[in-house]
Amino acid sequence: MHPRLRKALTSIFSDGFLIIYFMFALFPILWMILVSLKSGTELFTTQFVFTPTLENYQAILFGDPRAAAGVVARVDFPRNFLNSLIVSSGAVVISLAVGVPAAYALARYNFKGKETLAFTFLSFRFAPELVVIIPLSLIYRQLGLYDTYFGIIWVYQLVTLPLLIWVLRSYFEDISPDIEQAAMIDGYPWYQIFMRILLPLVRPGLAAAALLAFVFAWNNFIFPLVLGASTVQTVTVSALGYISSAQAFFNRMAAAAVIASVPQMMLALSIQRYLIRGLSFGAVKG
Amino acid sequence: MATKQVSATDFAVPEQETVKPPLLVRWRPFLIALPALVILIGILYPFVVGVAYSLTAYAFTRPNTDFVGLRQYQRMVEDSNFVYSTFITLAYAVSATGVQLVLGLIVATLLNRDSRIAKVLQATLIFPMMVAPVISTLIWKMMMQPSVGILNPMLNAVGLPSLQWAAVPETALFSVVLVDVWMYTPFAALILLAGLRSFPQGPFEAARVDGASFWFTFRNLTLPMLTPFILIVVIFRFMDSLKMFDIIFAMTEGGPGSTLMTYQLTAYRTSIQFQKLAQGLPYAIVLYFVIYFVSQYLVKWWGRAQRRAAGYS
Repeated sequence: MHPRLRKALTSIFSDGFLIIYFMFALFPILWMILVSLKSGTELFTTQFVFTPTLENYQAILFGDPRAAAGVVARVDFPRNFLNSLIVSSGAVVISLAVGVPAAYALARYNFKGKETLAFTFLSFRFAPELVVIIPLSLIYRQLGLYDTYFGIIWVYQLVTLPLLIWVLRSYFEDISPDIEQAAMIDGYPWYQIFMRILLPLVRPGLAAAALLAFVFAWNNFIFPLVLGASTVQTVTVSALGYISSAQAFFNRMAAAAVIASVPQMMLALSIQRYLIRGLSFGAVKG
Repeated sequence: MATKQVSATDFAVPEQETVKPPLLVRWRPFLIALPALVILIGILYPFVVGVAYSLTAYAFTRPNTDFVGLRQYQRMVEDSNFVYSTFITLAYAVSATGVQLVLGLIVATLLNRDSRIAKVLQATLIFPMMVAPVISTLIWKMMMQPSVGILNPMLNAVGLPSLQWAAVPETALFSVVLVDVWMYTPFAALILLAGLRSFPQGPFEAARVDGASFWFTFRNLTLPMLTPFILIVVIFRFMDSLKMFDIIFAMTEGGPGSTLMTYQLTAYRTSIQFQKLAQGLPYAIVLYFVIYFVSQYLVKWWGRAQRRAAGYS
């Protein structure tokens, strides 16, 4: 075969495979959006061609007439959305407040047990959640923390804190200690060096890691499932409500899914440059 | 003579000070990390409590904290479902991680070309990973549904028979692994793509000039240099799929029957749903230790692979 023909064929085959893979990867998301625009009857009768309607969005945002009549399981979507927002941002704020200094200490100081400490934080990321939340479901009931925002935010540290500590540690390690040394010689105290020099240098990475931690907290399911009830119920737990009743309302569920996940996809696009380091906990610099 | 003596001691720091800097300086890293350590303890405490309760017969309905030794562990091992549960936990993790690694490597290799289509598509690679796992599993469940589902009509359109997906034991594991593969192949592809792009071009150009085949270059250059990145994918994906809960729970809650009752699902059902707190704990604790030691081993291996890839040894 002529080398140029061979090259062209390879290129066509490669692009073809990629297109098939991305159809597989993106179709469920497209389907979710399509179904969210279908009316109840068209859900069963049509596939791709139908008259789009916003009634599902209207129903989940402003109340479902059929839910009031008791036909559909009642899901208070706006409330659940707000809950997700509160617990996810609360978890990220606390993780930032305690994680940034810890990441700095792990990056800059040499002390006994440093690697063990760092690995213990990392092991939270890999630990099966139930090993912590089964006993917590008992402890929280005794302490009165069951189904409270504080309780959920506290346990979300398992998700957000290891990520922030490890990603930020890798950013701090990238900064040459010479910069700090120079500032120290100029007589700045360590906390000013930290606030005025180091923090601005890691700010883009910090913001991206915080956003990623937010997405992971938002997407979490098992913590609010076990440790929360009606008060703190998040969108991930309540999504099950749309299809758990005798009649499944897939179109309502799809609309809720769109509102709960499209913002994150946009977010992901905006922090793309920092995603790989975040997703790999600082192991791959990307 | 006096001046000579002064200059000799001038640079010699008194010994006590080099050994022991002021207390506050020595403790500074711990002080800085203190708030994080508090949270660490707050998370380790329930873990320790959990291990303690696994040595009792505690149930929410019968709060009895008498020490019963390893009876709950014995009960777990003797349970008729234990061997199968071990098998399904491993089968899920191995197949999901394996497929993601291979498919991710293919996608990464194909994206790492000078192609306009590749550049456009790459931006959307992250999408499946950003949707909450439980929500995208519900979307997949809807697509697999017999009445409103789209997957069976699609299969029929290309001449394949309909499947019953997660509703029957034969295809249940396949269905959940399919969702896992859909969700996390982008992770594998992104990490491996970052690896491919970090390679120096020299060795590859030399291989091209020498007329080395694609497979020769792949086996002898790409794969060894990619090892640290492959290990990162394995560490994250294998550990995560050993403890996968969201996908299986949203799809079938461990069913049909007990087809998908992995360790995590069994621990949840026993301790939370059936309220037998102590009885379900061994599954979570054993899984914790397995994951802890395997991940520690893989992280060490990763460190070695990274040094080797960088040419230090």
